Amino acid sequence: MNTVLTILRKDLRLELRTFETIPSMVLFSLASFVIFHFALNRATIEGQLAAGVLTATLLFAAMLAVNRLFVAEREQGGFDAFLLAPVDRTALLLAKASALFIFLVVLEVVAVPAFALLLLGPSLGPALIGIVAVVALVDVALAVIGTLVSAIAIHTRARDLIGPVVALPLLIPALIACARALGPLLQTHASGSPPAKWLAILALYDVVFALLAYAVFDFLLED
Amino acid sequence: MSVFAVSPALAPGKAAPYVIAAYIVFLALVLVYVAIMAKRLRSTERDLEALGREIGADRDDERDEVAA
Amino acid sequence: MTTYGRGLRGLSLATIATISTALVLVFFYAPLDADQGFVQKIFYLHVPLAIVSLCGFVFGALLAVGHLRTGDRRWDMRSYVAIHMALIFGVAGLITGSIWAKASWGHWWVWNEPTLVSFLIVLLLFATYQPMRFSIEDPERQARYASVFAVLAGAFVPLNFIAVRLAQQYVHPRILTLGGGNLPGSMRLTFIVALIGIALLYATLWKYEMAAKDARMRVRRLRRAVLGEDALAPLGRSAAPS
Repeated sequence: MNTVLTILRKDLRLELRTFETIPSMVLFSLASFVIFHFALNRATIEGQLAAGVLTATLLFAAMLAVNRLFVAEREQGGFDAFLLAPVDRTALLLAKASALFIFLVVLEVVAVPAFALLLLGPSLGPALIGIVAVVALVDVALAVIGTLVSAIAIHTRARDLIGPVVALPLLIPALIACARALGPLLQTHASGSPPAKWLAILALYDVVFALLAYAVFDFLLED
Repeated sequence: MSVFAVSPALAPGKAAPYVIAAYIVFLALVLVYVAIMAKRLRSTERDLEALGREIGADRDDERDEVAA
Repeated sequence: MTTYGRGLRGLSLATIATISTALVLVFFYAPLDADQGFVQKIFYLHVPLAIVSLCGFVFGALLAVGHLRTGDRRWDMRSYVAIHMALIFGVAGLITGSIWAKASWGHWWVWNEPTLVSFLIVLLLFATYQPMRFSIEDPERQARYASVFAVLAGAFVPLNFIAVRLAQQYVHPRILTLGGGNLPGSMRLTFIVALIGIALLYATLWKYEMAAKDARMRVRRLRRAVLGEDALAPLGRSAAPS
């Protein structure tokens, strides 16, 4: 656990000092919202359409973070240092996934209100807790799969291409669940509770992939 | 969402081209695969021939050296 | 060392026999479907292709587990061929499915057929296997990462089908249920024979491909043993442990 916290602290400190990832994600999301406004030619959107726009934007912003996740380790010998240390190897998985999760949460704290401001018709108020729950579960899926795919992609020649291209199909079920769960929540007279079916699917997906990641991550770190 | 047209299934006359097309696609893919494998087999045969020639040449050289 | 060529002739003869029988059954024995008419005959080709393709992906995942557990790269080669073959069968399944959709419902693609949609997603994932794999330079690492991918993707297949099925609320009543649903006996027999035929075809082609790769690998080994390392031409894209 100490190892996880150490690595996590390192990543967060790195991000605070360099401001590489999160501002890019935020700017990208805001630009996406502007593009969607013009592409859809609507002043406001609601319901399933709004859920789709939000899900897609979060996904693409997450891909930005996924591309950067292991770059420091790769370029500055972090992998070798980690392999030499007498620690449990899955600590790296936990730390990186947690870092990615935190980045996504910070992104959403800015992007979701911005979305409500710029594009969303109905107000966020009543459904806010439901939205938070859904988005939190999707963030877990994005974090786990993003970390796995990033660890695979970092050793390939075309890492910025391979990362998103492999991650997207893997994330489709989670994104289906996210968009479908958010749909009723972003409607004009939202009930405030997300459909339980989709929450269950998201949770199940998170658990399955977390276990798979745990089982498989060691093989990615071997030299 | 159910905006797609519910068209009645085609009669055998008009449907036959589609069915035949499907089976032809399948057959074509299998034959393309066979062609690719044939090309690979030829290249392996060529490699074996080249190897055989080089080994034969080496052995002939060795025989000559021993004899000399 | 295993020889994949052994038993290949028997297997191919069995495949030819089964597929021929299936074709005869499809066109001369199976009755016309009340709903879809003659178009339904595509079903005997499309569904077995899809089923065998999905099983092929899972088969590839299991072989990859073998590689991860033993470290022997021949398992990875088997996994690679299994996935490669399953992808080809999958594309064939997708094309035939599209032709079926066009003939049945007038559109080349329909979003309300959950099996087709899930299948597209699975193919999108496995289509990234080769680019990902061959962009890793170190052969050991390449094999290992490919196996990890195969395992993840294999686990993904059932999850994906469940998720997409749940997302499709507007299921058209005429859509085929695969669980041996409402097929009359003669159709079921034809379907099973077709399924076995396609499965045998997959096995035959897998063995065939393995034999070809194995032979090529052995020629390289011989060449290296006899002529030394520098007589070897660079291999390019290959999953074979040379």
